[in-house]
Amino acid sequence: MRRVKSVEDLEKWKNDILAKQKRHEMIVSVCGGTGCQAYGCQKVKAAFQKELTQKGMRERVTLKVTGCPGFCEKGPLVTIYPQNIFYQKVKPEDIPEIISETIKNGRKVEHLLFEDPSAHRKITSANDIPFYRSQMRLLLSRNDLIDPTHIEDYVAVGGYQSLAKALFQMKPTEIIEEIKTSGLRGRGGAGYPTGKKWENCRKAPGETKYIICNCDEGDPGAFMDRALMEGNPHSVLEGMGIGAYAIGANNGFIYVRHEYPLAHKNAEIAIQQARKAGLLGKDILGSGFNFDVEIAKGGGAFVCGESTALIASIEGRVGEPRSKQIHTVEQGLWGKPTNLNNVETWANVPLIINRGSQWFSSIGTEKSKGTKIFSLVGKVKNTGLVEVPMGITLKEIIFDIGGGQQDGKRIKAVQTGGPSGGCIPASLFDLTVDFESLTQVGSMMGSGGMIVMDEGTCMVDVAKYFVHFLQEESCGKCLPCREGLKRMGEILDSITEGKGDKESLTLLEELAEVVADTSLCGLGKTAPNPVLSALRYFRGEFEDHIYRKKCPAAVCTPLIQYSISEADCTGCGACSKVCPTKAIEGERKQSHHILLELCSKCGSCIDVCKASAVMVQ
Amino acid sequence: MDLKPVDLIVDKYQEKRTALISILHDVQDRYRYLPDEALKMVASRLHMDINQIYGVATFYKSFSLVPKGKHSITLCLGTACHVRGGPKIIRELKGLLHIEPGQTTVDRQFSLNVVNCLGVCAIGPVMMVDRKFYGEMNPIRAIRIIEKLNNKRSGVRP
Repeated sequence: MRRVKSVEDLEKWKNDILAKQKRHEMIVSVCGGTGCQAYGCQKVKAAFQKELTQKGMRERVTLKVTGCPGFCEKGPLVTIYPQNIFYQKVKPEDIPEIISETIKNGRKVEHLLFEDPSAHRKITSANDIPFYRSQMRLLLSRNDLIDPTHIEDYVAVGGYQSLAKALFQMKPTEIIEEIKTSGLRGRGGAGYPTGKKWENCRKAPGETKYIICNCDEGDPGAFMDRALMEGNPHSVLEGMGIGAYAIGANNGFIYVRHEYPLAHKNAEIAIQQARKAGLLGKDILGSGFNFDVEIAKGGGAFVCGESTALIASIEGRVGEPRSKQIHTVEQGLWGKPTNLNNVETWANVPLIINRGSQWFSSIGTEKSKGTKIFSLVGKVKNTGLVEVPMGITLKEIIFDIGGGQQDGKRIKAVQTGGPSGGCIPASLFDLTVDFESLTQVGSMMGSGGMIVMDEGTCMVDVAKYFVHFLQEESCGKCLPCREGLKRMGEILDSITEGKGDKESLTLLEELAEVVADTSLCGLGKTAPNPVLSALRYFRGEFEDHIYRKKCPAAVCTPLIQYSISEADCTGCGACSKVCPTKAIEGERKQSHHILLELCSKCGSCIDVCKASAVMVQ
Repeated sequence: MDLKPVDLIVDKYQEKRTALISILHDVQDRYRYLPDEALKMVASRLHMDINQIYGVATFYKSFSLVPKGKHSITLCLGTACHVRGGPKIIRELKGLLHIEPGQTTVDRQFSLNVVNCLGVCAIGPVMMVDRKFYGEMNPIRAIRIIEKLNNKRSGVRP
């Protein structure tokens, strides 16, 4: 690897890499994100490798394993450049055809192209697929061009140019001013202005300062930071380098959660390569500025996403938060001024420095600038990562990009903001997505999870899920959070078991208020939000459970019963084959029936019944 | 118990106290749990009180003080996996293995865990078996994967 000692060196390196890349006629990029790995992308890559080598085409074709382009549901994904042909659900046995047709003869393999479900026509390029068309991919766009384990790929697309610009053309205070005017706000949840945070940390007294990248993405249903860290770790490192220079820090940490092994691995490789290239370490690009980054690993504690708990965890202690009367920008890691931002925030920094604050602030709404990545998941047709400009409506995200309902059940809500957020009902889907408007309706932006729920989702069950989640994750330091959530969980348990009474909801609301008002850290303060928003918009469902002893979504098992309609059953036996508890009896071609005492209410039968004869009440 | 690996792990992290969590992860990867002797050794090498080490080892969910099974079954119960039917899967797995999440079968073959999110939400419900991810799970597929592992062991055909 080359070691760059000046801005000119970096420029020359970039040009050399580009010249070398030109020798290859084609690029085959295979998504190597965790989602595609679950679908077997490694085998796809191995098949390409084997076929290309056998056919003697390795010289002509570059094979790349890249980060996540977002459309995980259609994985494994393969894109062929320069033609920009997007193949989805690719299997190892498709590779010879791709090579003989597309790579040798430039023809498309029709059956691997995405089919527009409404028009029933095949779409060649990813940009024309409805899922991608309405997105504005500033951060994610480079994921499918870059092999995250090759720093050269990042340098080739202009990587580390912003760091060079910051170090040689800007004073630290000018950088902070630029970030402030860009209007960038923290992407981790609360939306605190990034430039202001940097300024506070720069002004805090003390020689030694630290910066931290929070990759502890704990919100369930969210994986934006994983995709960025796995797919383009150098963009995060570059952002951190710029921030460190602006703040006056020489050491940085990336705190990666234990559940993200690939993000950890790719970050580690990126740090080593950046060090070797002279883009981390002493005298970066000959500027005299020193900065290095270490990785700290999490241990599976949700509360460690909170800044003071995360800092305790990096120090090797139990991850308990502390009161924030003294901010971490004044006293953080080992008592030194510490600036903490999340992965997506850091990844935005090089873009702003490169293209200017004016450009960045032209995107978005008055108070929320730039783009935001969301993980669009749950009961929606197209699931994956979507990057959209702030100010887009929920409707556009869920219906235009997400393609609407998944299996015939009407969409009724979307959950945003993770366990600190809330459920927004479909009647409010015209709402624009920005920090303020989501808070106004009782939810929040959070880190970007967007979980779509339909008629088959029970809102009481969702409220119960979040309360139990937070009760499990409460560190136990303060009483309101530790005990209050436990009691709230018990009340919700009783409601879903049909044991709720008219006092239940009053008590639940009272407890929610106390927990929110008196908890020590953000986890407890926001913990009642999912319950309160569910009560605000879906009170009827709670009342159905309490007074009618019914679960309208047929989720809460104590309140439901499965049966088979004799008239509709064809006796095909599919249900009895999949029933894990052998609770379904019946002769072949005769009507089947369910033995209620054995039925575990898993719903496997309903999923396989082609005659829609299985009923749940 | 051979504690040489613990020594090497602590060396790798240059006896840094800040690396405690990483050290414990590596020790757990090596022994499949955190043995008492290993923790005592870590404490003495890092010049830390053993109680502090226990504090950390019991606070973070990834660590186990009891031996784990040969196969690790981890079911994601993040919000996306929850609304797509994750709870139904865990109910069946508990019934099949006769253990609760966090426990290991008596024959030490399977450990069952649930996690809050594996970050593979788009293809939920997600299950991770011995570090391999499986998407779009349902009760019956989950059961078949485990039965297959079990049959491989005993050589009995289903």
